[in-house]
This record gives sequence, structure tokens and C-alpha cells, in this order.
Amino acid sequence: MELLFAVSVGFLVGSGVYLLLRARSFALVLGLTLISYGVNLFLFASGRLVSDRAPLLTAGVLEYPDPLPQALVLTAIVIGFGMTAFLIVLALRVYADTGTDHVDGEDPP
Amino acid sequence: MNHLVVLPVVLPLLAAAVLLVTQRADLAFTRGLSLCSSGALLLIGLGLLQLTGDGPPLVYYVGDWPAPYGIVLVADRLSALMVTLTALLAFLGLLYATAGEDTAGAYFHPLYQFQLAGLGGAFLTGDLFNLFVFFEILLIASYCLLLHGGGSLRARAGLHFVVLNLAGSALFLFALGTIYASLGTLNMADLALKSAEATPEQRFAVRAGVMLLLAVFGLKAALLPLGFWLPDAYAAACAPVAALFAVMTKVGIYAIMRVHVLVFGGEGGIANPMTARWLLPLALGTVVIGTIGMLASRELRRTMAYLVVVSVGTALCSLSLLTREALAATTFYLVHSTLVGGGLFLLADLVARQRGEAADALDRAQAVAQPLLLGALFFVGVVAAAGLPPFSGFLAKLFILRAALPAPSTAWVWAVLLVTSLFVVIALSRGASAIFWRTEGTTSSGPPVPPVQLVATIGLLASAGLITAFAGPLSELADSVSGELLDVETYARQVLGNATVAPTASGFEGVR
Repeated sequence: MELLFAVSVGFLVGSGVYLLLRARSFALVLGLTLISYGVNLFLFASGRLVSDRAPLLTAGVLEYPDPLPQALVLTAIVIGFGMTAFLIVLALRVYADTGTDHVDGEDPP
Repeated sequence: MNHLVVLPVVLPLLAAAVLLVTQRADLAFTRGLSLCSSGALLLIGLGLLQLTGDGPPLVYYVGDWPAPYGIVLVADRLSALMVTLTALLAFLGLLYATAGEDTAGAYFHPLYQFQLAGLGGAFLTGDLFNLFVFFEILLIASYCLLLHGGGSLRARAGLHFVVLNLAGSALFLFALGTIYASLGTLNMADLALKSAEATPEQRFAVRAGVMLLLAVFGLKAALLPLGFWLPDAYAAACAPVAALFAVMTKVGIYAIMRVHVLVFGGEGGIANPMTARWLLPLALGTVVIGTIGMLASRELRRTMAYLVVVSVGTALCSLSLLTREALAATTFYLVHSTLVGGGLFLLADLVARQRGEAADALDRAQAVAQPLLLGALFFVGVVAAAGLPPFSGFLAKLFILRAALPAPSTAWVWAVLLVTSLFVVIALSRGASAIFWRTEGTTSSGPPVPPVQLVATIGLLASAGLITAFAGPLSELADSVSGELLDVETYARQVLGNATVAPTASGFEGVR
């Protein structure tokens, strides 16, 4: 499971970085979204990957997953969501202003 | 628990909420409330300085949850000083904006208050994840403020700024995940204790996380390979926003001081040899690049933006020496460069307004309407920023040079700082002569400087003189700040020792 997980995180972030370097606004948004998926999975795994544990703290049960990374991931998701929304609006605005979707506002020669 | 500690976060948030709801109220009310909130923040900052001045750090357990499980806010001398500095800058920037800049777009005042809440939180938090959250708060407010006033130039600079910072946030989270996975905590005091007794494998992973954090904070502070976003963004922002942004790079420097010096620094600390090894050459490079940028700039605002880069490099170069004296010099320099840098942004805007269409371009154009007043202010600002006597920049640079004496890299620090100072003087005086002397002979018929803008600009630039006049008390404060930064035991004991740990909350006992 660890290997599969690590490869998925790496693949998501790698694709994200590739899209980011395309320097086109739509690719940029997708790239940052993929990176944030990778980040969220990574944060989630920082509490160790376990299965079949009690989800709630109950008397007598000693094996339960670490709850803190889940809280961190939740916060990161919310923040990432807001930022993505803002980025999309900004990218549309720049497109409307400059007439190109290149991040520098002009198409490279 | 002293509730004063949480006020720098809560007060601007409340003010911002009220300002959002009363969006349609008349302008006088909006401006009054905004100014009152920033003024009160200044008083709170001074109060915190007073309280922390002769005692250990004040700890605030949010919701009374015990540390390290709940969220803590910690006000030590550095935090209190930064809150005060931010509030002073914000108040004068806001005063400047009330002359009309604040009506150039919607929501200026609420966004300004949100930005202050984020800054206050970032300076006060005692938890790494909360540092991330407050960074995001201040960043999203700054994205919107950067775009205030509109225009395609701003939108384009804004897009670069936003995307880079989003990538930076992703790195920040990777760093936090790595550190949490190794040490199982994100509370700064707890991290300091746990990292001291970490196994070699844990230290290895944590060091990777800590170095990632250095990259993130370097991005915020505009350290060399990560700082090329700054000149465009700062030159495009409207003047009061650019002035407030003078403290934004300082957030990065503050975070390095907090995390790499206090928490993971110290004797045998995880960050200790690596931070200095990377930071010093990069900081010196930043100073050089900033100076070259100043010489190459063709607009006054861009010159000032590169001046911010130079000041970041100088502060980090001093910080990287990691001695008590050097940290005190860094603190002193932070106060000076923030206030003078902010003042120069306002002044550049005043000059640009009186030059007609040429604005702040360093070309032959019509003369400004008030050459004596603006010229005198410019002279004070340049002398202070370049580090010539008698103003604050001279003392600040002197402290840094003196702190560098015992270091093995003395020759590099002295050579780079002194030679670049010369070129900073050349760049700034070239700008001044282009604007005030090389004129077309026609004088601008523009309106004179509005009194509130004059008060705000003079207020910030006067700090250059005031810091010199009160250099004694200020350098004593800077020295006590650095003493506290190097004393992580007191910090950790204060945060964790006072906690009334409930019997059920004995930490995570599950399988890791």
C-alpha cells in the first residue's frame, strides 16, 4: 500500500509541476489543483497508513488512527478550494485584459 | 492568561467583518472605523511590548485547550515588536489611503483589516500549522489588495504573485507533513523539545522538512533564486498597499528567525549548520541582485521595489551569522528598513502624482510642483536607506558590520555590504537628479500634496531620525529580543509548563 500511495502522490505532483510549467492559465489551474491533491494525500499519510482501526475513540479500544492529519487535510482542502476559485477568476480577468492565456500576458515568439 | 495576546488577531477580524456588513455606510464611517482599528492595534502592540519587556513570553491557550494539543498564541518580545511595527506602518498607510486611494476599488478597508489579522496571527502563533493558516489569510488579502485599483499591469503581476505563492503553500504543507510524520507534533515549543531527542533517522527527515520551510520562507522574503516576483508586484501595487507590503517580506524573515533560529536552531539543533551555510551566500547574492536591479530600473517605484530586495538580503545576511549580536542587529535593521521602505513607497507615489504623464519614469519631464518639500523628504529617505550618517540606516548597517567582525565570513559580508551601499547611493541619487533637476522647465500644475498624505509620508520617514535619536533603548530592546530567541528552554517551559493537562488528554496512544 505504501508504494502505491507514494507513487500516486509523486505522479500527481509530477503532473501538476508539468502543467504548471506550461505557463498557460488553464493548465496552471489544473496543475495547482493536482499538486494540492498530492499535498493532501501526503498530509493524510503523515499519520501513517493503517486500516481496520476504530474511527472513534471508545473505552477499551487502543488502536485508532491519528486524527490530527485528518484535521490538517480538511483545513488544507478548504484553503485550497478558496485559492483555486480566486485563481480561476483572476486568470479569466487576465485573459480578458490581455487577450492571451499565457501567464506573461503575451504569446512567446 | 492575558487576553491582550489574542487581540491583534481578533480586533482586525471583527473590524473587517463590520466593514463588510456596513459596505454601504458613508465613507467617513468606513475610514474612521478602519483607522480606529489600526490605531487600537498600535496601542495593543505597545502594550504587548510593555508586558513582555521584562518577563517571559506570554502564552494564550485558545479555548483553554492545553498545549501541545490545542492552539497556542505566544507573545514574546519579537512578536510584540513585529505587531507594533506592522500596526504603525498600517496606520500611516491607511492614513495615506484616506486621501482618495481607498475608493479606487471595492472592499479596500475590509481587505486591509484582513491583511492585518493575518499578519498579527503569523507573528503571534506558536504552532507551525497555524503559521500556514495565517500565511494564507494574509496572502489572500494581499492578492486582492495588489489588484486594488485594477489595470492589466496589476492583474498580470498579480497572477504571477498568486501562482508562485500557491506553489509555495504546497511546499509548506509538504514540509509540515514531513515534520509531523517524524516528530508527531506541530507545536513549536513541543517541536523544540522533541527535535532535541530525535533519533538520527528522525533528524534526517525533519532536516528535509526544515530546509523545505527555508525555501518557503525564502520565497515570501524574496531570497535570491525565489525573489524575482517582487519587483513587478510591488511596483504595480498602489502606494498604501506597497507600503504595507514592506512588512510582508519581513514576515518571511520573522518566520526564519522563529523556526530556524528559535525552534530548530541552537547548539546541535537540526537547522543549525545548514541554515547558515545556505543563507549567507544566498543573502549576499540577494543584496547584489537587488543593487543591480536598482541601477537598471527606469521607474522610481521599481527602484524602491529593488530597495526592498536589498534590505531583505541585508537582514538575512546578518541573520545567517546566528550570534546574539547579529540577531540584535537584524532586529534593529528590520525596524529601520520596514519604516523607511514604506515611507519611500509613499514618497515615490507623491512624486509620480506631480509629474503628469511621465509619472515615476526616470525621464526628462515637467518639474514637480513642490520641489523643495518632496526633494527634502527624498533626501532624508535616500540618506537613511543607503546607510549614510546621521540617519537610522547608518546605525543599522554599523551594527550588522560590527556583528560580522568575529565571523569567518567577515571579508565577504563587509565587502558586499559596503560596495553595494555605494551603488545604492548612486542609483538613488541618479533617480533624484532625473526627477528634481533634469526637468523640461515647465512646472506641473498638479494639486499640492494633500495634508493627510504628507503627514503619513513624513511620519514614516521621520522614523529615520527618531530611530537614531532613540537608538539606545531600541538597541537594548533588539538585544533582549535576540537573547530571548536563543533561549528556547524558557520559551518551551513557558508554553508547555503552564499547561494544565487534563488526565484524558495524555497524547496520542494509537498505533503510529
